Amino acid sequence: MGDFANAVVQGVMVGGLYAMFAVGLALIFGVMKLVNIAHGDLIVLAAYIGLVTTQTLGLNPLAALVVVIPIMAGVGYALQRGLFNRTMGGDLMPPLLVSFGLSVIMQNGFLALFSADNKRLHAGALEVASVKLTDAISIGVLPLMQLGLAILVIAALQLLLYRTALGRAFRAVSDDPRVAQLMGLDNKHVFGLAMALSLAIVGLAGVLLAIRANFDPATGPTRLIFGFEAVIIGGLSSFWGTLAGGIILGVVQSVASTFDPGLQVLAGHIAFLIVLAVRPHGLFGRPA
Amino acid sequence: MPETPLLAVHTLEAFYGDFQALYGVDIEVGRGRIVAVIGANGAGKSTLLNTLVGLNSSPRESIRFEGEAIGGLAPHDIVKRGLALVPEGRRLFASLSVEENLVIGGQVGRRGEWTLERIYELFPILKERRQQPSMSLSGGQQQMVAIGRALMSNPTLLLCDELSLGLAPIVVKEIYGYLRAVVAGGVSAVIVEQDIGQALKMADHVYCMLEGRVALSGPAASLTREAIAAAYFGV
Repeated sequence: MGDFANAVVQGVMVGGLYAMFAVGLALIFGVMKLVNIAHGDLIVLAAYIGLVTTQTLGLNPLAALVVVIPIMAGVGYALQRGLFNRTMGGDLMPPLLVSFGLSVIMQNGFLALFSADNKRLHAGALEVASVKLTDAISIGVLPLMQLGLAILVIAALQLLLYRTALGRAFRAVSDDPRVAQLMGLDNKHVFGLAMALSLAIVGLAGVLLAIRANFDPATGPTRLIFGFEAVIIGGLSSFWGTLAGGIILGVVQSVASTFDPGLQVLAGHIAFLIVLAVRPHGLFGRPA
Repeated sequence: MPETPLLAVHTLEAFYGDFQALYGVDIEVGRGRIVAVIGANGAGKSTLLNTLVGLNSSPRESIRFEGEAIGGLAPHDIVKRGLALVPEGRRLFASLSVEENLVIGGQVGRRGEWTLERIYELFPILKERRQQPSMSLSGGQQQMVAIGRALMSNPTLLLCDELSLGLAPIVVKEIYGYLRAVVAGGVSAVIVEQDIGQALKMADHVYCMLEGRVALSGPAASLTREAIAAAYFGV
């Protein structure tokens, strides 16, 4: 029983990280119907930028966020204006294929620059610090912080989307990109800002991931899949749904691994397929 | 020398891919005037309006607004110069509330008479419904939001595409009553209409389009029913 409860708690914690992978994807798809296959590799890019920053500036990984997040936001804006905007406006496929190509290029770029070795960010005592709840359950401070940050990020996104002019612009462009231009909105700029925001979150998620686990040039695609699964399980209607999706995925993986560590990833995929079959719009989504 | 018109369209051509929609259209709109553009389905009326606001590309010199060549500029640039469109079928933003739809129209940042308060004075029902999702309103109320949204940019020239589309005749009359009040405040307007009676009642000057060309034009009072019918159907 204690094992099970512990697995659930740990799953909830890791779910926060999955939700952070996922909200960036959901935001981009929501605003511009772009399925960004390179999202996972961008998470790895953030991790490598975190690595270089901590090594060259001698910063703690969490302090490195001050550098990583603005860089990733800048990368996002430049990537959107310079690359993705040229592929948008018609079909879903051209931007998807371009992002797939970008994913391949990035993985090979990482390989050339950083070799295939596992890397990790070291956060010192924080990595092992924990809070003891009961004899069977203790929560790591780092995972707890991940979940807390995920909740903060999602609350902030929700506020931005429904309470600010930028959020209004995101929703208007998503509803009707053609008419949105008649409101004085430059769609290309709005898309750039959305991608910048998405990759700023990726910057945070990438550094947290790199403190939690090893990464290498090929880590991206699995992170992408977890992100996608969290989005689909939660449904596209709200970011809170995405958080729930991430947590459900985390819990299923964590509980399955108590039976057999080999089941961890497979169980997550199966849970995703069941949701997709039973509720194609996601657990918290509304039919379009 | 005659006063330069507010809007001067000269030999305007427009294309959708290989398909040519406009063949050398000439239109002028004077300050404080209402110009009606009538014509059958597919005559090029909506294409004309969409081209004026930059949604379709066009040669720079073919459209002059307040003396400046604006053909083919980006829509977000053109609206800042004072040209606003009430699009065909209203096209409200579905995920925005009534008030958000109005506010986003004012985001262009042109100062002038039209503020949220003035829009609510003109359309009191919208104030009551301001927190509702825009698509929960009746067709006539949605058309009020669409007009209000365009007015919020404080345009010099308001382009209205088929305000009567899908509305009951009594509602159409009401909407055009509001438009008359707006124009009395000094805004010029181009109205595209299939309802010829309505167009003739509203407008100072009428252009009748047929297959991408202007087939007939003249002061509204001077056009006979026979002349319009001939230009409309091309017989």
